[in-house]
Amino acid sequence: MADTREGLEAFGDVLAVIAAALFALVGGIWFFGSNDPAMSFHGLLMMLASAAAGIYVMTVAFREKAAIAIGNYEPPEGYFDGPIKVTVVAAVIWGIAGFLVGVLLALQLAYPALNFDLPWISFGRLRPLHTSAVIFAFGGNVLIGTSFYVVQRTCHARLAGRWSPWFVVWGYQLFIAIAGTGYLLGITQAKEYAEPEWYADLFLTIVWVTYLLVFLGTIWRRKEPHIYVANWFYLAFIVTIAMLHLVNNAALPVSFTSPSSVILWSGVQDAMTQWWYGHNAVGFFLTAGFLGIMYYFIPKRVERPVYSYRLSIVHFWTLIFIYIWAGPHHLHYTALPDWAQTLGMTFSIMLWMPSWGGMINGLMTLSGAWDKLRTDAVVRLLVVSVAFYGMSTFEGPLMSIKAVNSLSHYTDWTIGHVHSGALGWVAMVSFGAIYCLVPWLWNRKGLYSMRLVEWHFWISTLGILLYITAMWVSGITQGLMWRAYDSLGFLQYSFIETVEAMHPYYVIRAIGGILFLSGALIMAYNVWRTIRGDEPVDIAEQPRVAAAPGLRLQPAE
Amino acid sequence: MTYDIVATISQVVSLLMFVGLFTGIVVYALWPSNGPRFDAAQRCALDLDDNHDAKRGHNAKRGRE
Repeated sequence: MADTREGLEAFGDVLAVIAAALFALVGGIWFFGSNDPAMSFHGLLMMLASAAAGIYVMTVAFREKAAIAIGNYEPPEGYFDGPIKVTVVAAVIWGIAGFLVGVLLALQLAYPALNFDLPWISFGRLRPLHTSAVIFAFGGNVLIGTSFYVVQRTCHARLAGRWSPWFVVWGYQLFIAIAGTGYLLGITQAKEYAEPEWYADLFLTIVWVTYLLVFLGTIWRRKEPHIYVANWFYLAFIVTIAMLHLVNNAALPVSFTSPSSVILWSGVQDAMTQWWYGHNAVGFFLTAGFLGIMYYFIPKRVERPVYSYRLSIVHFWTLIFIYIWAGPHHLHYTALPDWAQTLGMTFSIMLWMPSWGGMINGLMTLSGAWDKLRTDAVVRLLVVSVAFYGMSTFEGPLMSIKAVNSLSHYTDWTIGHVHSGALGWVAMVSFGAIYCLVPWLWNRKGLYSMRLVEWHFWISTLGILLYITAMWVSGITQGLMWRAYDSLGFLQYSFIETVEAMHPYYVIRAIGGILFLSGALIMAYNVWRTIRGDEPVDIAEQPRVAAAPGLRLQPAE
Repeated sequence: MTYDIVATISQVVSLLMFVGLFTGIVVYALWPSNGPRFDAAQRCALDLDDNHDAKRGHNAKRGRE
């Protein structure tokens, strides 16, 4: 038995080194072969990262071989949490980077001189950096980390693979670095939320397929007969994102050493593919994946089962079957056939039902334990996030109705809607999960400070409220000004007058963003002190589940 | 076959498919004998059930809540 296992591990090591060598080779070809300095730089990044990974694998392999030779080798047992720790730290760092860029952009809108006439920090380049940093870098790391944590705990099985989970985690960070620096250096394929060029897309595909295999492999070796609902949501997220990514990014590179490519779709088909992708990035990345977090972390934190497991099953299947058709509501009053627009609108309205069913299920999980909302700020983050989920999934279908969309589309209302979902739902549920995970993963008795979580909660909630109310007023004002006619049938306002009218709201929005960023900085400090092992300052105020599983007090009889 | 015919057929077929799928899901979720099974499964998956933990042997004694 032991021999087979050691043989398999050695085989894994060899494969990992070969893979690292191949990636280093490809990176080398781009570094030396590309005429584009930015792509050349990306080749260098890839080459160095792969070389470091290959050397690290060899070091570990030789150290283990030596340990086996002298007979004190202990094979790894229990849950595989190293890669999860990387994602938690990465999520905090990328989150702050993303929020910071967001604040800078908000300030640039209020005070345009703040781009200092530098191309690298112009609005057009920073905007995809902001959206990708918060959605894919911050959100993506939270999703990868929590999915690896949840699938192991709910299947009672160790994560599949020896090097693959590490490749998923570090490969994803490399993808973020390549994509993000690419935007600043002017590399983009100009598809919203899918800006990275073909070579970054291909690399992400390899990372993502490995992610899927690790996740499936872990489910395959589960010791629980039933696959818990959170895993269904995570799996839907992983599979659908793979499909969306491949179809929307189908492109022909100009050459192997050129960063440019030509998208295979054209015209209205390209627009429809883009928004089929775009809306399902919301539906499956920002919703399904985070619902997986909701279905694990809320019951675990309040120590009671989901309100209705039956409802969670109906929630899952209706959500995934309906979401995938809602994309056309991004293309109302365009060249898209009218019936397709109406179909997108109808499916968006139908989404009210599964969304609210899921929200009720999450909230009602607290029934009989509502006091925890007052006593545990982490529960409050998780629950308020679900309330924001309910609010933005009410607003979304409303805005998809053609008559409403004719007013709201292209205005700041859309931006406000996105942020009530992204800050209120996605980020708050992520903060809650991070506050749970840090003591659990680093084996601490609790968080460094619960009072700081309170501060984080109130500061960021205030920030979100300032942000979204400013954008409602701004968006509706904008929409009404654009469609105002005078008595002679001429437009009443010139475009620049509508821009001028936005100024006070943009200032309020920037203040909201600064508050939200401040909250995240408080979290980073708290997380750092907890990881460092500092004694919690208010352990008496923390629930017993704040501690790592092995350090929890037994509940009273 | 014209575009209109294709569009109509696909709309009707997908309507029926969705009604069928939804009915199937609801029947499965609400089937009486599935209820206790789901509840037991989620308690095990979430490690909420003490008996379950005892059975698994990784936490023999833990008080009932």
